[in-house]
Amino acid sequence: MSTTLRINGKSHQVDLPDDVPLLWVLRDEVGLTGTKFGCGVAACGACTVHIDGEAVRSCQVALSDVWGEVTTVEGLGTPDAMAAIQQAWVEHQVAQCGYCQSGQIMQAASLLAENPAPSDAEIDEAMQGNLCRCGTYPRIRAAIHAAAQKMQEA
Amino acid sequence: MTLTTSRRGFLASAAAAAAVLYVGVRPNGALAAGSAPAQLNPFVKIGADGTVTAIVKHFEKGQGPATGLTTLIAEELGVSMEDIRYEFAPSDAARYANLAFGQMQGTGGSTAMANSFMQYRQAGAAAREMLIKAAAEAWGADAAELTLEDGILKGAGQEAPLAEFVAAAAQMEAPPEPRLKDPSEFRLIGNPQVKRKDSLPKTNGTAMFAMDLHLPDQMVAVIIRSPRMGGLASGFDDAGAKEIKGYIRAAVLPNQAGVAVYAEDTWAAFQARDAITVDWDFSNAEHRSSDQIREELLAAVNAEPEYNVTGADHAATTEQIEGAAKVVEQTFYFPLLAHAPMEPLTCTIEADADGGVTLHDGCQFPSGPHMAMAQIFQLPMDKVRINTMFAGGSFGRRATPTADYQVEAALAFALTDRSRPVKLVWSREDDITGGYYRPAVAHRVRVGLDAEGNITGWDHRIAAQSILKGTAFESMMVHGGVDHSSVEGAADTPYRIPGQFTGLSDVAKATPVLWWRSVGHTHTAYVMEVMLDEAARAAGRDPVAFRLALLEGGGADQQRLAGVLKLAADKGGWGSAPEGRSQGIAVHKSFGSYVAEVVEISGNADDGVKIEKVTCAVDCGIAVNPDVIKAQMEGGIGYGLGHAMRNEITLTEGVVDQFNFPDYEPLRIGDIGAIEVHIVPSAEMPTGVGEPGTPPAAPALANAIAANGPRVTELPMILNGVSFV
Repeated sequence: MSTTLRINGKSHQVDLPDDVPLLWVLRDEVGLTGTKFGCGVAACGACTVHIDGEAVRSCQVALSDVWGEVTTVEGLGTPDAMAAIQQAWVEHQVAQCGYCQSGQIMQAASLLAENPAPSDAEIDEAMQGNLCRCGTYPRIRAAIHAAAQKMQEA
Repeated sequence: MTLTTSRRGFLASAAAAAAVLYVGVRPNGALAAGSAPAQLNPFVKIGADGTVTAIVKHFEKGQGPATGLTTLIAEELGVSMEDIRYEFAPSDAARYANLAFGQMQGTGGSTAMANSFMQYRQAGAAAREMLIKAAAEAWGADAAELTLEDGILKGAGQEAPLAEFVAAAAQMEAPPEPRLKDPSEFRLIGNPQVKRKDSLPKTNGTAMFAMDLHLPDQMVAVIIRSPRMGGLASGFDDAGAKEIKGYIRAAVLPNQAGVAVYAEDTWAAFQARDAITVDWDFSNAEHRSSDQIREELLAAVNAEPEYNVTGADHAATTEQIEGAAKVVEQTFYFPLLAHAPMEPLTCTIEADADGGVTLHDGCQFPSGPHMAMAQIFQLPMDKVRINTMFAGGSFGRRATPTADYQVEAALAFALTDRSRPVKLVWSREDDITGGYYRPAVAHRVRVGLDAEGNITGWDHRIAAQSILKGTAFESMMVHGGVDHSSVEGAADTPYRIPGQFTGLSDVAKATPVLWWRSVGHTHTAYVMEVMLDEAARAAGRDPVAFRLALLEGGGADQQRLAGVLKLAADKGGWGSAPEGRSQGIAVHKSFGSYVAEVVEISGNADDGVKIEKVTCAVDCGIAVNPDVIKAQMEGGIGYGLGHAMRNEITLTEGVVDQFNFPDYEPLRIGDIGAIEVHIVPSAEMPTGVGEPGTPPAAPALANAIAANGPRVTELPMILNGVSFV
C-alpha cells in the first residue's frame, strides 16, 4: 500500500508492505544510503536516524509505524554547511572505515539536543549502543565535547 | 609517407586535445610517462585543467592509504592536499602488484605504505621535473631556476599554474631518476595537520560503500549456507517464499555450497530466505564441537612437536630447563574469532556491453576474485573488471585466498540470464556464522631461570590450524612444513632468549580459517609477553628492566624494541600508578613496526576491571601521516582489547553457536578510557601501522590484571575469571 513519509523536509510516496523496516525503505526505495545496515537487530546503531528529533534504530521501525518527520545523516547538514557535530567529526578526524559514523553522528546529535554539555560518563551512556569496529571511541568522545562547546559558544 | 606523417600529426594533436599527463612505472619498474594510461601503470594523472589525481593501488578500509599514497604524490609533485584527488586503481596485477606479494595486487600484511613509498614518490617527482622542464622550455629559462609549489610554477621572473604545461609535459619522456626531496624539505610527509582525504564523505553520508551501490534493474541475492561447515545443498522447498512480495526465485549453487535466493530488494531477499527450507548432505561436514577442538590442540602442545621451527636443539633446551633453579610453566588457549567488519560482506556483478563482467566490491585482494571470475565466466583476464569501492572495515576478512564471497556472487550471477546485475548481500548472521575465523591456537611454554633470575631455557610449543597451507600463498609463506603465520612473533622474536626452542604442530580442521588483524601475532604476542611477565615475577625483577636486559647489546632490531618500551613506560608513568590503579606493559614487533603499550586499570578481576588508560609508543619508520598512525594505534588497541575481553566463536557438533552482536559482543565506548599515542621520530623506511597496534594490547591488559589478580592464560577473559565494569 502507499504511504507518505516526510524525510529530510521532503515528502516521499512509497508503495511497500507495512512491515518493511524504515532502514530498507530509506536505503532500497528512497535511495538514501547514508543510513547503514550493520546487524538488523538494533545491536549496533549503524542505522540510527531521527524521528521527530528522537534517535531511533531504523531497522526496528516498521514503515507503518513511522510516527513523524524522519531525519537522516543526509538531512543533518549539507556538504557545504555541515552541522556542528559533523564539523567536529571532521576536525577530530573520527572516521576510519566510516561505515558506522552516520549512526554515531545521529546518536550524538540527539544527545547534544538533550544535554548540551555531556560528561564523559554521559557520552558513554548515550553512545553505548553504537558500535565502531575500527575503535574510534576516544575520538567520538573528543568530537562530542568539541561540538558541545562550539554549540554553546554559538 | 603521407599516411605516416598524417598519423603522427593526428597523434600529436590528439594528445594535445586530451592533454593528460600520466606518470607511473612500466612492469619492469622503470619510470614512465605518457598521455594514455595503456602505456604504463600510472600512479598520478594530471588533466588539462591541472586537476591532479593520485591513483591508489590499495583499497581503503579505514587504514588510510587513500590519504597516505596521495600524500606521497602531493609532496613530491608540489601540490597542496586540497588540490589533489584520488581514485582507486583498476584490477591489473601486471601494473598494480603489491611489491610485497610478488605478482598479485592486494592489500594486507600492513604493507600498503611500505611497498608504495618509493614508487609513489618517484612518480610525483618525475611529474614535477617534467612540468618544470616544459615551463623552462616555454619561458626560455634554466630548469634549475624553477620551482613547483602549491601547483604554481615559478622562476625566471615568471609564474603560472601547472595546468599550462600539462600538454607539453605529456609529450616528454619520464626522467629515469628524478630527484626526491630530502626529508628536511618535506611539507606534507610527517605533518600532523594533514587531514584524511575521506573524512568529509564519511561524515556527511555520501561515501559509497559496496553495500550502498544500487544499479538500475539490479536483483539482490542472499545465500542459504550450510549450518555445518562443509555441508552440501541437495534441494530446497520455496513454497513459503512465493508468498513474499519481491521474491524472484532460488537456485542451488553449482558447487552445492548453498542456495541462492533472488529478490527485488534486500528486505524481500531476507524474508524469502527465512521461508525456504534446504535439504543438506552433512556426510563430509564438520561434526566436532569446539571443546573437542580445544582438547586436540592442548594434547598437541603436550606431545613432541611436529616441526622444529628454528632448528634449535630441543634436548639441550629441555636439559637447561630441567637443571634450572626455577621453572615457570603455562599452557594457553585462544578461541576461534570472527572479524565482524561493520559493513557486512557484499558485492555486485554486472554484465558489460563487450561480453565482459564488472565486479563492484570493497575489494581487498583484486587478483583473487579477478582470476576466479575469469575462470567462472570463461573470460580472458582483460574482460574482467573490478571497481574498488570503500570497504566498511575488513580486519582481514575481505582477503580470503578463496575469494569466497566474490565467488558466491559470481556463481549466483552465472545462474541467471545475466541481463540484470546481481548484488550479493550478507547479513550479520551470515558474517558471524560464515567461517574464515582466526584459528583456535594452543601454546605451552616452559621457562627455566637460574638462581640470579636469568633465563636458561625457553621451550615453546604451538599447535594451530595452518592458515596458509593449501592456498596461493603456501609457496611464499610455508617453508619446510612450517606455516610462518602460526609462529611469527615467537620464533623470530627480537628478544635474545638463551636456549629458545619453538615447536609447531599443525592440527587440521574442517572450519575455514583466515588471517585476522595481526595474524599470528594475535596469540604469539600474548604468550611471549605474559610469559616474560611471569618470568620477571619469578625472578623478582621489574617487568620493564627484565625485558630490557634481554634486548641489551643487540642490533637495531633490539634497540628499536627497547626504544618504544622505554618511551611507553616513561609516558605511561610506569611504576607510579595512582592509588587504586594497576598497570601492565607489553611490547611487540610485527609487520616491521615496534609497539609498546601500558594499560592502566582500576578495580580487580572479582569486582570488575575498568580500562582507564592506554599509553602507546610506536616506531614505524618515517611517519607519513602521523594522525592516521595515531588513529590506527587507537583502533588496533581497541580491537585487541575487545576480543580478549569478551569474544569467542564456538561450535556445537559443527554448528556455530553465535549469530550476531548480542552474542559476539564487541568493544563498546564505555569499555575504554583515554588512549595516548607517541610516535618515535625516525628516518627509517616506513613500515606497517594497520596491525601492529593490536598484538601488545591484550597481554598488557592481562599483565595489569595479574598485578592484583589472576593470571589469565585462556581467552576470552570474561569466561576465565575476569569481570569488567
